[in-house]
Amino acid sequence: MTKLSDWHIMGALAIAGVVLPFLAPGLITQLSFLWLMVIFALTWDMLGGRMGYNSFGNIVFFGIGCYAAAVVQRDAGLPYFEALALGLALGAVLAVAAALLFGAALLGIRGHYFAIGTLGLGIAAAEIAAGWDYVGAGSGMALPLYPGALGQREFFFCFSLFAVAIACFLSLRWLYGTRFGLALNAIRDDHDKADAMGLRTTPIKVFAWCIVAFFLAISGGLAANMIGFIDPRDVAFAGATFGVWMVLMAILGGKGTLWGPVLGAVVFHITQELFWTYLLGWQRVALGLLIVVIVVFFPQGIMGWIAERRAAREGAAP
Amino acid sequence: MSAMLEVREVTKRFGGVVANDRISLSVRQGEIAGLIGPNGSGKTTLFGCITGTLPVDGGEVYFEGQPISHLRAGPIARLGLLRTWQQTRIYGEMTCAENMAISAREAHGGLISLLKPVSPATKARANDLLAFVGLHEKRDERGGRLSFGQQKLLEFAMALMNEPKLLLLDEPTAGINPTLINGLIDRLRRANAELGVTLLVIEHNMRVIMNLAHRITCLAHGEVLAEGAPDDIRDDARVLDAYLGVA
Repeated sequence: MTKLSDWHIMGALAIAGVVLPFLAPGLITQLSFLWLMVIFALTWDMLGGRMGYNSFGNIVFFGIGCYAAAVVQRDAGLPYFEALALGLALGAVLAVAAALLFGAALLGIRGHYFAIGTLGLGIAAAEIAAGWDYVGAGSGMALPLYPGALGQREFFFCFSLFAVAIACFLSLRWLYGTRFGLALNAIRDDHDKADAMGLRTTPIKVFAWCIVAFFLAISGGLAANMIGFIDPRDVAFAGATFGVWMVLMAILGGKGTLWGPVLGAVVFHITQELFWTYLLGWQRVALGLLIVVIVVFFPQGIMGWIAERRAAREGAAP
Repeated sequence: MSAMLEVREVTKRFGGVVANDRISLSVRQGEIAGLIGPNGSGKTTLFGCITGTLPVDGGEVYFEGQPISHLRAGPIARLGLLRTWQQTRIYGEMTCAENMAISAREAHGGLISLLKPVSPATKARANDLLAFVGLHEKRDERGGRLSFGQQKLLEFAMALMNEPKLLLLDEPTAGINPTLINGLIDRLRRANAELGVTLLVIEHNMRVIMNLAHRITCLAHGEVLAEGAPDDIRDDARVLDAYLGVA
């Protein structure tokens, strides 16, 4: 893709993101969730696609963001927006600290063992939150009411999540263009070689996870407020839904490509909503089948499939 | 004697197998040293011990006078001691140009310096070195799509990109088309003479190593069997025995 068309797509998406909430107010919640899914897929792809570390524990950072915001908003005694801002900031700091800690412990493990280790992380976090009275234990936490006029709330969170998604996309796009981006790919392609060529692989890996944690925590605080309620297992540390979707969306769109995760999130979210609308009662089954179809027929994702087709065409007619 | 690399009594065991048994050898600055020996004699293991990919069980390795056997591969590489692999290791999903860019010395830096784009100087150097090994046309092709021999050349170019003081090459001509071997020998010599890279080369091809190396060490059964100039090694009865077996 040329630089020009890159900016065209971004421009079109930016206009759509601003205009759609006004054109179709009925879809505003769907759109908000779409931006959340885009953040999920983009951040997952940084480790899973670019660095070759398949994490099933990224949901932990999202949950930390949810709870940090909820606790600050409950206890800080500040006006709504000040408390929200402080809560998001605290969530980001805590999530990055967690990424430093878990990264130092887990990122030394390779391949499937890393995936399994991170899976344990998400489950453990959910259990801890569900048993901790300070954060409402199993009954979760309610977020304070939005102070603005009726209907404003949805707009506010839709645009906030949109802004985070854009910030996330542009940050990652910039990072992938630096030596750091190449270093991530090198670690993915041959970790031992990267070590032996003098790359400082441990700080590189931990830093990548910190960036992931930062964006997930911010989006977590916003999503918790948008939903209005945090359940430890179904919202904050929802490993079986959000945690798995992150992986699927990135794979569906194309791992390790710039637009793949965005495309994957859009296709996945729309498909899933259609299942809910037209296959109610069977939506989980349909989703399961979709997962199988993705893995069997699109192991390289949509972007990978397009690239393969293009290469085949060029190869056939040189 | 100014030994750039000095291996002193290095021992490496795998369970009950002694792969390296009190091996001592040295490489002088600026030379091309050869390391030969039958299969399983411990050559590649010794490379691992020197470059920090395998922890040693005894002895010490000195690089420019500094003990390095307690260091891991990364810090040793940043000192300027690099190796290549017999099976070749490149970054398969990255283009040749990217393989080269991330192999530059500037990639050794901390996170702050990594947050810059690849410098124009590095890009230019990458182009020059790709041309040097004859892969310039393949610069935008993914490393994994190259043939085995081309991957070997790419790995060699990546190593040069890293500007090592001492480069350990594990069978650089294995799997290379015989008609290209003379060109490769020429490039190894030029890397040594023009870029000032000291070389220690493992090689099974006797014609290659006898032509290339100034001095050769022969291992057998994890021990140093003989050491000397190529002509002496060629005529050494013990070396002939080790390769051909005693009649």
